Amino acid sequence: MPEVASKSALSARLLRKAYKDVVAVDGLNLELQAGECFGLLGPNGAGKTTTVEICEGLTQADSGEVEVLGRRWSSDAAQLRQRLGIQLQDTQLSEKLTVHETVRLFRSFFRQGAEASEVIARVQLEEKQNSRVGDLSGGQKQRLALACALVGDPDFLFLDEPTTGLDPQARRQLWDLIEEFKASGRTILLTTHYMDEAERLCDRVAIMDHGKVIALGTPRELIASTCAEQMVEFTAGSVSHALDVQALRRIAGVREVRTENGAVLLQVAELHTSVPALLAELTRQNVPLTELRTHSATLEDVFVTLTGRHLRDE
Amino acid sequence: MSDNTIPAVRAGVGEKKSPRENSLANHPLVQLTLVRFLEFIREPEALFWVFVFPVLLAAGLGIAFRNRPPEVLTIAAVTPELAQSLRQEKLLAVEQLDLQAAQEALRTGKVALLAVPGSGGAVEYRYDDTNPEGRAARLLADRAIQRAAGRVDPVATTDQLMREAGSRYIDFLIPGLLGMNLMGSAIWSMGFAIVDARRKKLLKRLVASPMPRAYYLLSFLLSRILLLVVEVGVLVGFGALLFHVPVRGSLFDLGVVCLLSSLSFSALGLLLASRARTIEAASGLMNVVMMPMWIASGVFFSSQKFPDVMQPVIKALPLTAVIDALRANMLQGSNLAQMAPQVGIIAFWLLVCFALALRIFRWR
Repeated sequence: MPEVASKSALSARLLRKAYKDVVAVDGLNLELQAGECFGLLGPNGAGKTTTVEICEGLTQADSGEVEVLGRRWSSDAAQLRQRLGIQLQDTQLSEKLTVHETVRLFRSFFRQGAEASEVIARVQLEEKQNSRVGDLSGGQKQRLALACALVGDPDFLFLDEPTTGLDPQARRQLWDLIEEFKASGRTILLTTHYMDEAERLCDRVAIMDHGKVIALGTPRELIASTCAEQMVEFTAGSVSHALDVQALRRIAGVREVRTENGAVLLQVAELHTSVPALLAELTRQNVPLTELRTHSATLEDVFVTLTGRHLRDE
Repeated sequence: MSDNTIPAVRAGVGEKKSPRENSLANHPLVQLTLVRFLEFIREPEALFWVFVFPVLLAAGLGIAFRNRPPEVLTIAAVTPELAQSLRQEKLLAVEQLDLQAAQEALRTGKVALLAVPGSGGAVEYRYDDTNPEGRAARLLADRAIQRAAGRVDPVATTDQLMREAGSRYIDFLIPGLLGMNLMGSAIWSMGFAIVDARRKKLLKRLVASPMPRAYYLLSFLLSRILLLVVEVGVLVGFGALLFHVPVRGSLFDLGVVCLLSSLSFSALGLLLASRARTIEAASGLMNVVMMPMWIASGVFFSSQKFPDVMQPVIKALPLTAVIDALRANMLQGSNLAQMAPQVGIIAFWLLVCFALALRIFRWR
């Protein structure tokens, strides 16, 4: 087990980074406990990657302080690099090398760690050991990138959008591998714009927007903090029988109403009281219901409530 | 299961470090160099341009400019007396034709010159003075006519024919091509590999690992040395076997010059690739730098053909120094001390380019 247990694994204070006139990270604070999987969730351009790269010692912050595993980049870069596993967003590994050659190369940079073939087996690429990187699928490439991050047996793993662009099966496979690493008690900082990924993998989540953390907590806490735990989505009405949306706000238990692409979304505290009331209201308005769905509130709903935008807008 | 997989592996690390794992093969510099080498040999186009193309070029030019036996020039004379006099010259084949046929033959290029009797025993030569054959025929024909008429040359002369290996065009060409190839392969392979790694963010990924940065740059130089042996061997061997191009200096000195040249061009390639983010930008830059040297540094013809005011600049170019040193070694048998000025210029470029590249190199 890592020796840093119960200590702070990462602490970033008042980070600020501006590119030309865009402020990518704006006075951000982060505190990660050793052994936790922490997610930075936010839309593209929120400043997640810049934040992570500052923590990884790849980008110099304009101001602020970072400490990783109790060390600073300015004085302990060489020791620190030995203990971190890093996977960057869209790195293309050399296509002409085989999987084994690639992992063996990365292995040679680290003082400790398992043999290349062992790490390859851990990410389930044994059968592809001697295949060229150029012949791998997207999911296999991401698992190879993970292998290159794991090859030094790190105490701290940075994953920047590890499953972006992958199909659902490949994503689940990668999640299993990340969970396996997490189960060994080491620390993960993960960025994603998939709310399901953050909900599944992360112990705590910081929601980022415009370079700032706008909400922080466990996925459950964040969802609970939006006051409503259930979402009701329906489509109703027609040109002749328009729906009176304002009337819906008066239904007991409805916290918020918004319309989206012709559908209406209600945040409600309890389905079993609000849904019958909704149906009664629609009957009163004499508006036919064409579709009705309910789901538990997700981090996506939290983000929309906080910013009025979707995570994957733009 | 997942709970204990990684700790088990982790705990096992100590014992699992077999002797092989600590061996030289797993040194990062060895791994980086190996990877460079593998990437290169898995690129068929690169293999063609570095190994096959120079040989094809040398073969083509060698055949085009091969030494032919001295040519006999065909000329025409319109009188038997003139023909008789002209036949004294061994290098002329004389045809006796009537005037009309002779003029037709001259016009169509069958004969290089036409000798016609003028008034009072004079001889008139008709030929095209823009045609080298015509001018040569004029000299030979006149000599034959004058000697036949009793001229005696006041100075006795003898001819010694220099047709030995070492002074032919192919002998001049092979060191030139070798120099050009050293430059091209070093700059292209260095430039493209680095810019490509930067574009793919592989450079950034490597920097995020504990890889020592100097090893990365060093691995390029080391892999160049591995390929250099083949590169130089193929071209010099080809010249020696097929055209008997000599290597009169010591092979060791030749090796030193080639190695230093390759390192120097690699440093130049590193400098050219130190900031570019796209292949297009880098290849434009590389062409701008290499083009003047292809033309001015004496690959295909002597750099002395350029005006005197340009000579100091041309002499300072790295490719000029490399080619001059290679020719001095291969053709004149010069040793390193005799090549000191060239070696100095090459070393100067190596140091300046490498120092500058390290300062401005963009790692991400």
